Amino acid sequence: MKTNWVLTAASWLLGFLWVMPLLYALWAAIHPSEYATHLSLLAPWTGHNFAVAWAAAPFPRYLLNTFILVTLVLVAQFVLCTPAAYAFARMRFPGREVVFAIVLLQLMVMPDVLLVANYTSLAHLGLVDSILGIALPYLGSAFGIFLLRQTFRQVPQELDDAARLEGSGLLAIIWRVYVPLARPTYVAYGLVSVSYHWNNFLWPLIVTNSVSTRPLTVGLSVFASTDQGVDWSVISAATLMTSAPLLLAFLLFQRQFVQSFMRAGIR
Amino acid sequence: MRRETVHAWLLLTPALALLVAFTHWPAVATLWDSLSSTPRGARPAHWVGLANFAALMDDPVFFQALWNNFIYAIATIPVSVVLALAMALAVNRAIPGRAALRMAFFLPTMLPMIAIANIWLFFYTPDYGLLDQVLGALGFGRHNWLGDPALALPSLIAVAVWKEAGFFMIFYLAALQSLPPVLREAGALEGASDWYYLRRVTLPLLMPTTLFVLVNAVVNAFRLVDHVVVMTHGGPDNATNLLLYYIYETGFRFMDTATAAALTVVLLVILGALAGFQFGVLGRRVYYR
Amino acid sequence: MLGRRALLGALPVLAAPAIVRAQTAQSLTFYYPIAVGGPLQAVMDGYCADYKKETGVTVNPVYAGNYGDALTKAQTAIKAGQGPHFAVLLAAEMHSLQDADILVSLDEIGLDADGKKWVDSFYPAFMANSHVGGKTWSVPFQRSTLIAYYNKQAFSEAGLDPEAFPKDWAGMSKAAQTLTKQDGSGRVTRWGIKIAGDLGNAQWTFGALANQVGQKLMNEAGTETYFDAPKTVEALTYWRDLAPRGTPPGISAWPVLSPDFLEGNTAIIWHTTGNLTNLRGKAKFPFGVAGVPGKDSPHTVVGGGNLYFFKHASAAERTASLRFAQWISAPERAADWSIKTGYIASSPAAYDTPALKQYVAGFPAAAVARDFLPVATGELSTFENQRIQKVLTDQIQAVLNGQKEPGPALADAQRESTRVLRQFL
Repeated sequence: MKTNWVLTAASWLLGFLWVMPLLYALWAAIHPSEYATHLSLLAPWTGHNFAVAWAAAPFPRYLLNTFILVTLVLVAQFVLCTPAAYAFARMRFPGREVVFAIVLLQLMVMPDVLLVANYTSLAHLGLVDSILGIALPYLGSAFGIFLLRQTFRQVPQELDDAARLEGSGLLAIIWRVYVPLARPTYVAYGLVSVSYHWNNFLWPLIVTNSVSTRPLTVGLSVFASTDQGVDWSVISAATLMTSAPLLLAFLLFQRQFVQSFMRAGIR
Repeated sequence: MRRETVHAWLLLTPALALLVAFTHWPAVATLWDSLSSTPRGARPAHWVGLANFAALMDDPVFFQALWNNFIYAIATIPVSVVLALAMALAVNRAIPGRAALRMAFFLPTMLPMIAIANIWLFFYTPDYGLLDQVLGALGFGRHNWLGDPALALPSLIAVAVWKEAGFFMIFYLAALQSLPPVLREAGALEGASDWYYLRRVTLPLLMPTTLFVLVNAVVNAFRLVDHVVVMTHGGPDNATNLLLYYIYETGFRFMDTATAAALTVVLLVILGALAGFQFGVLGRRVYYR
Repeated sequence: MLGRRALLGALPVLAAPAIVRAQTAQSLTFYYPIAVGGPLQAVMDGYCADYKKETGVTVNPVYAGNYGDALTKAQTAIKAGQGPHFAVLLAAEMHSLQDADILVSLDEIGLDADGKKWVDSFYPAFMANSHVGGKTWSVPFQRSTLIAYYNKQAFSEAGLDPEAFPKDWAGMSKAAQTLTKQDGSGRVTRWGIKIAGDLGNAQWTFGALANQVGQKLMNEAGTETYFDAPKTVEALTYWRDLAPRGTPPGISAWPVLSPDFLEGNTAIIWHTTGNLTNLRGKAKFPFGVAGVPGKDSPHTVVGGGNLYFFKHASAAERTASLRFAQWISAPERAADWSIKTGYIASSPAAYDTPALKQYVAGFPAAAVARDFLPVATGELSTFENQRIQKVLTDQIQAVLNGQKEPGPALADAQRESTRVLRQFL
């Protein structure tokens, strides 16, 4: 039992280390500026920093932009990757392995590293400074196709055959047989996708030029990059505020997420 | 089977078209751009052959960024993966406060890197930042965490590990929870020690997860430079300049698209080689049955 | 495919560019280099609202972060055909922007007699970066000099005269060392001075230091740098040698200088005059403002942003942009801007307005920056400006961190900048 006690203590120490930066930010956010760096039990509490941050930048608009962005990406990825995954999982056609390998390349070479060329493409399409422009490079997702393909391959072929005998078309089979059975995969993939795009920064920074398209991350960076000197308390407040929705969502659905990861076989 | 082929391609085309348009095509276009000069004002681009690459060979910043990225990768990848595994093992057991602990490990993952960078910037502030305050109380001197070339890159590595370990933990956790409990019981009956069981049973069974996590970790080591943008701008004296940040700086700050393209080609070659290694050597055993 | 059709159907809605380009010049967009949420934003929003009320023309400021960020945004967006009609960008970027061929000169937009008078109304020092090839390419807007802010309480505590800020290098070093305070364990609780050495700021500060020994960093044409001149080396050596007893060793970053100062972590900072009103509102101790010293006598550097006009705008948009520029730099507004921020009002006429006269009378610190204009030099300004800035900054940082000696470091900087600038000679 001795080792267990040591392990538990070590786990807790690690856990404490892990939340400490966040607790520090929280401390700074809920106390007046002059206490930001002086940890004192007597420090008065305040919501002032949150109020200042909220009023200072169009965070509701940024939040809306991010929400539109992640929704657009998620829906498009589901709609695009599902049929492609099915084709790779269940159909036979010449060149399948080659095409699949080409798709998988994107697991390593993500659009994130092709900033300059993709920006040029967007400029040609006239999509710079639009939410669609931020989303576009990520819509065809190799990760999504790969994940769904693995799941679809585990669906019993008999279900497919049965639906076919009933006269269902290809899309109907995918929709009625495969999609419902792959729900955990969709949830898990959805979580990965949403957190990825909620948190994405460099590409949106390059693409967006205005308040009406900036996602939260870019908004936050423009908010925090000040030449007049930073106010740690207000920045901490803004940081926590902008991260809150995702944190909250995770708190609420924690168990489901882990379970869907488990069942999706992402492991 | 002509019909099936047609259908298959119909199903594939939308996703494939977008994928090719924003991954494969730009990769090819980048290669092309890297062989031309940067168009500037009234001077259009012209063919320069390998001149941009030759210029890179003369660029000490390029080699420094390459080296930094190497250090960054070989530090963040193993540390975050091992920590992730340790975390997963910790919260997979019946430990008091398990849910809270899980939360603690996972929280940083949910925060945007840019937000994290802001928080850590504060944390790292010399003299009165929390880290220096704590170390000061323990009798250590002042540290200029992000301004000292010896500390800046390790400081960024710490941030990256802090953010990523929890993410990878989730994958390990999911894998651990789907291991059949029978195995553990059998191990216990045979009197296997925890350590032996972990080494001989759990770890091998977690191999596919490890590979998956590794792919992610490797990609992130080259893809995620948000914290560089916020915390150091690659400084001091390029001590924290990473390849992708250098590409961004060259392409969008210096507006030198040709050099940026040449740098991107280098990055693509590195990623391609790593992909080949992972899927070819490691992956053959674990991915495709 | 259904997915694709749905997506294409959604295209026009989602793709609608955020900024609808003005058909008539009833609506203008400009990039402005401050952080969103800073106190300056409210001031700028106020001006735009006033302008709308007066003329009916909507001016949309896009707040784009610091100078470097705003420059990157403007150039990148213009490349995609989406840029602003005009922008406030670093005055020192003129050569680079010219080279990018994205500017339109004021002469080409059209200056009538009044317009010419307006161009001549600014402080000549602020027009130093505006003329090339006999044309005027920008007008000053938020201009500054590097000045010293010092904590008077700390001065008194350390036995220094809070009314006499050091005027020469020797005095400066001595004061910095005297002001540095350690606790029992030898830990420094207050530094004497902090100077910004981070990218985007080090070259500005260093411009002042070089000027303090009478050395310029570049030629007027922006094609040559003088990084390896003996006096440049002397300036960097002086900076380095302030540490470790007067200033912390290594790099101090610009954005934390103000918090450090307000926190009492440093007794002196060298910062922009544009920070004056901000510090005045936040400091909990009496502070003084003074010209930065020099080897023998105070010398400084000018900085800040000019209004640039972009070529891709239509004729109507260009004219409208120019009209707004004239409106916002009129003496009364320049005076108001100076009061609300601390920036130097761009024209002498602004200092004759009753508002600014009264303000300066009640707060003499507000005129310090202007008073040092005659001993100010221009900021580092070359072709490939961002790159040259970085070349210099990298080496400054290497020296401040003790990795290189000033001589060899600056020789490296000079070699690299010569290589970059060769094509423009």
